[in-house]
Amino acid sequence: MALTREQMAQRVARELQDGFYVNLGIGIPTLVANYIPEGIDVMLQSENGLLGMGRFPTEDEVDPDMINAGKQTVTARPGAAIFSSAESFAMIRGGHVDLTVLGAFEVDQHGNIASWMVPGKLIKGMGGAMDLVAGAENIICTMTHASKHGESKLLEQCTLPLTGAGCINRVLTDLAYLEIENGAFILKERAPGVSVEEIVEKTAGKLVVPEHVPEMTFDPA
Amino acid sequence: MAGFDKRVYSYEEAMAGIESGMTVIAGGFGLCGIPENLIAEIKRRGVTDLTVISNNCGVDGFGLGVLLEDRQICKIYASYVGENALFEKQMLNDEIEVVLTPQGTLAEKMRAGGAGIPAFYTATGYGTPIGEGKEVREFNGRHYILEEAMTGDFAIVKGWKADRYGNVVYRHTAQNFNPMAATAGKITVVEVEEIVEPGELEPSQIHTPGIYVDRIIQGSFEKRIEKRTVREG
Repeated sequence: MALTREQMAQRVARELQDGFYVNLGIGIPTLVANYIPEGIDVMLQSENGLLGMGRFPTEDEVDPDMINAGKQTVTARPGAAIFSSAESFAMIRGGHVDLTVLGAFEVDQHGNIASWMVPGKLIKGMGGAMDLVAGAENIICTMTHASKHGESKLLEQCTLPLTGAGCINRVLTDLAYLEIENGAFILKERAPGVSVEEIVEKTAGKLVVPEHVPEMTFDPA
Repeated sequence: MAGFDKRVYSYEEAMAGIESGMTVIAGGFGLCGIPENLIAEIKRRGVTDLTVISNNCGVDGFGLGVLLEDRQICKIYASYVGENALFEKQMLNDEIEVVLTPQGTLAEKMRAGGAGIPAFYTATGYGTPIGEGKEVREFNGRHYILEEAMTGDFAIVKGWKADRYGNVVYRHTAQNFNPMAATAGKITVVEVEEIVEPGELEPSQIHTPGIYVDRIIQGSFEKRIEKRTVREG
C-alpha cells in the first residue's frame, strides 16, 4: 500500500532531532508538525518572520497580525522570536535552519528540484522555495512517486523549470524513502506492502537497490 | 524641533507628490501588515503606470488588489501572486508585467537598496529561470548570481506605534517586509495605529529608526484575515 499523507508526515517526523530548527512547506510538510516525537523539542520557522510557530489559535486568540507563511492565523509558542523578512531569509540563506521539508513536482538523480512552475499553466510564483532549497544543507522532499497516469516524478533530468540545482539529497514518496548520491537515487526504505519491483518500475532516474530494503513500519492508527 | 516632527494629518498629505509612472515599494505579507489606507489613497488619486514592489498583490477588492481595478499598476515585482482573480486576468492578458522574484531575494533587494548596496550575490535562483541572463560568480566552489538592489520613489509602510520623530515598532508578524521597505523609499510614509510621545518607545526596541521615515500618519485599520484557521478550545 502506498503511504497516506499522514503516514508520509509521520515518516518525515522521524528525521527530526531534539534542538532542530525546522522549516515546513505547505501541504504534507505542514502535517509533520502533528507528529513531532515525544521528548523532542523542535522550533518551527515560518519564513514570513516567525521562529517558534505554535498551534492554531482558538477563536478568542485569533489575531490578524499573527500569521504563518501559508497566511493562516497561528500563535507563537513561548520562546518564539519574530523578525523581518530579511532577517528570516538570512537564517535560511545562511544555512542556520537544520531541516527543510518541502513538496515538489519532480526531482532528479542529480538533486535538481522542480516545484514552482508548469509552463502553459498559470504561474503564481515561487514564494520562498528557491531561497529555501538554495540555503538549506538538509532538505527532505515529499511527493508522490508517480503521477496519476503512472509517470515517474523521480527522473534522470527534471523536465520542468528548476527551483534549485543540485540541492536535494533526500526524498520521501508515497512508495519509498530514497537518498540521492553520486548521480543516483539510493532506495533506502519501501512503504509497507510495496515491492521493490514496483519502485523500480516507477523510478525513471538511475536507481540503486541495495540487497536489503527494509519496509517502513507504522503504529496502528 | 519641528524639523523632526514627521506627523501629517490627512492621507492626502501623506501621499502628496505621488505621480503616474513612479515606483512604489510596499510592506506587507499577504494581507498582514499592509498599509491599507495609503493604498486606498493611491487608488483615490488615480495615478497610473505604477511599478509596485511587494511580496504579494493583495486579494480581489483589498490591499494592492484595489489598484488593479482601475489598472493603476503596469509592472510588479513579487514572489507570489495567487489568490487574486483580477490579477490573473490582467497577467494572462499581458496588461500587467510580472517579475517573479524569490522571496528572500526580494527582501534583500529592498534591504540592499536602502543600505546603499547596489547589488549582491546569492545562490538563490542559480540554475533556474530566475538566474538566466544574470552574472554568475563562483565563491568557494559554489555558484552565485548577481541580483540588483531596488529602491522606490515612495515606500508605503504599516507600523504599530510610532513617535513624531518617525521611530516605528511593528506588531507580531505584521513586521515582515515593512522594515526593509521603510529604508528603500525616496519618500517613506508610515501609517500606524498609534502615535505616542517621544520617549514612550524603548530606544533599544525600535525596529525602524526615524532617520528612514519622512511622514507619519495615524489611521484605523480593517486588518482583513486571509485564512482564518482555528482550533477547538
